[in-house]
Amino acid sequence: MSEITRAVPVARPKPIQAVPLRHPWRNLLAFALIFLLLAFIIDAAQREAYDWPAFALYLFDVRVIQAAGVTLALTFLAMIGAVVVGIVLAVMRETDNPVLRAIAWGVIWFFRGTPVYVQLVFWGLLSSIYQTINLGLPFMEPWLVLETADVIPLFWIAVLGLALNEAAYMAEIVRAGLLSIDPGQTEAASALGMGWWLTMRKVVIPQAMRVIIPPTGNEVISMLKTTSLVTAVPFSWDLYTRTRDISAATLNPIPLLLVASVWYLFFTSIMMIGQSRLEKHFSRGQLGHGATPKRRRRQDRADRAPVVLASPETVAAPSGAGAPEGAGMSDVAGMTEGDAR
Amino acid sequence: MSDIKVSAQEVHKSFGDTHVLKGIDLEVRRGEVSCLLGPSGSGKSTFLRCINHLESIDSGRIEVDGTLIGYREHGERLHELKPAEAAAQRENIGMVFQRFNLFPHMTALENITCAPVFVKRAQRSEARQRAIELLERVGLADKADAYPRELSGGQQQRVAIARALAMTPDLMLFDEPTSALDPELVGEVLDVMKSLAESGMTMIVVTHEMGFAREVADTVTFMDGGVVVEHGTPEEVLVRPQHGRTKAFLSKVL
Repeated sequence: MSEITRAVPVARPKPIQAVPLRHPWRNLLAFALIFLLLAFIIDAAQREAYDWPAFALYLFDVRVIQAAGVTLALTFLAMIGAVVVGIVLAVMRETDNPVLRAIAWGVIWFFRGTPVYVQLVFWGLLSSIYQTINLGLPFMEPWLVLETADVIPLFWIAVLGLALNEAAYMAEIVRAGLLSIDPGQTEAASALGMGWWLTMRKVVIPQAMRVIIPPTGNEVISMLKTTSLVTAVPFSWDLYTRTRDISAATLNPIPLLLVASVWYLFFTSIMMIGQSRLEKHFSRGQLGHGATPKRRRRQDRADRAPVVLASPETVAAPSGAGAPEGAGMSDVAGMTEGDAR
Repeated sequence: MSDIKVSAQEVHKSFGDTHVLKGIDLEVRRGEVSCLLGPSGSGKSTFLRCINHLESIDSGRIEVDGTLIGYREHGERLHELKPAEAAAQRENIGMVFQRFNLFPHMTALENITCAPVFVKRAQRSEARQRAIELLERVGLADKADAYPRELSGGQQQRVAIARALAMTPDLMLFDEPTSALDPELVGEVLDVMKSLAESGMTMIVVTHEMGFAREVADTVTFMDGGVVVEHGTPEEVLVRPQHGRTKAFLSKVL
């Protein structure tokens, strides 16, 4: 290493004075798009069909805000259910018991293989298919007979339908996360005397989260939008159905569609921020932890710089003798180790 | 207490149709450093993993301190231990892996305190104090807050040794601890192992480092094809091997 450093001439050559490559077509396209966008905004602001006064009137309408709350509640309750059932299905798919494995596979196959709208209609018909819920032992007079429609409100039918459909996707996401962990990790934990649950909690899950969170964030956003299908149950207090019902009375659907869209966008934007926070939290110990790709690239360039352009200081520095023992070498080894993985 | 720390009798193990261990007999005395040598595929790593029941065995028995490992005896029959019971048996057996297997989301210090705190329910401050002492012992006191990715292979393996020692084991298993290291980093790991051997730890080491075996080991066992071919002092096995297969192996590696 020191020989190479010495071989580099001390005086730095003049920087190259090159004219950067031009991209005329790219620039033209950029201008054209800016023009079209401006034209669209100016036109939309003036166009009567959008009815901006009505939009402003309904954006913070009490009914709309309530509906937005219902949509959020549906999203989070269904997601919680989906994550719990998904984890159970993922663990079942990885057990040695063939019956549990087959059942998990079958559940995922069914709920992933049929449209969520059809499933929601089915769940809505639950109370006509099973009109009563009988509690008791099989082949005996039931102790308690309940009317299904009374026991399970439509809101919870909607949550159930959304959750079970989503659980099939969550199961695969969780499974991918668990499979991404090197078996050496669980072996090391076992060798230290850690049991299954402790290994899961302290070793496997914190690492699997890095793989699980990005797709789960997508699923939450997708769930928020899928709640607009609960009208199939039929449940009508969510954001989309509610705004549609309002516009059915006012005969002015476009501003209310805009209202619903703005609320959906508002929620998804917040969720995206939350997701990136979580991703940062679970990237502990990763290379370039906490750094954005851009900052990392800049850092890489800075790391390389002294090697490419040996400054006079580098050359003057006592090579090897004064440096801490093996420090440079182990740094290099550490880097290749990380890259190889 | 008997002098025998680890005793294996007629240990057999198959993976599917592959018969990996074909009746291994081995005794390791307390405080002894025992090196297992042999070509790859000879079953030495598998045998090592049977000693703390990371692998189950098909027949024979393995005892540590006179206690049957991995099974409970009821008259004539053996019952496999529950995972929690097997985990409890492993608490006193440290293991160091070829690929280090440090937990990448924890710092060096957290890697070391993890098991004492969560398995042995040690006080966090005490575990921390002891972890710092262990890091000093392996020469990495300044790396306590470094993540595994920021350490060289040799440093990672030294942290892994400290992590195993944090559970105060009285038996250490080393599964090719230097095979994944760049040649210039092997020495620092072997030095730590040497000082551990001098402190009286019972060690079973699967290795290809002939120099270490000759210098540090009390006994050397040469395995090939799932059987023990030759067993004795380093002098007997490495310098005056009796068996053709040992001679052939040694002529290739020395």
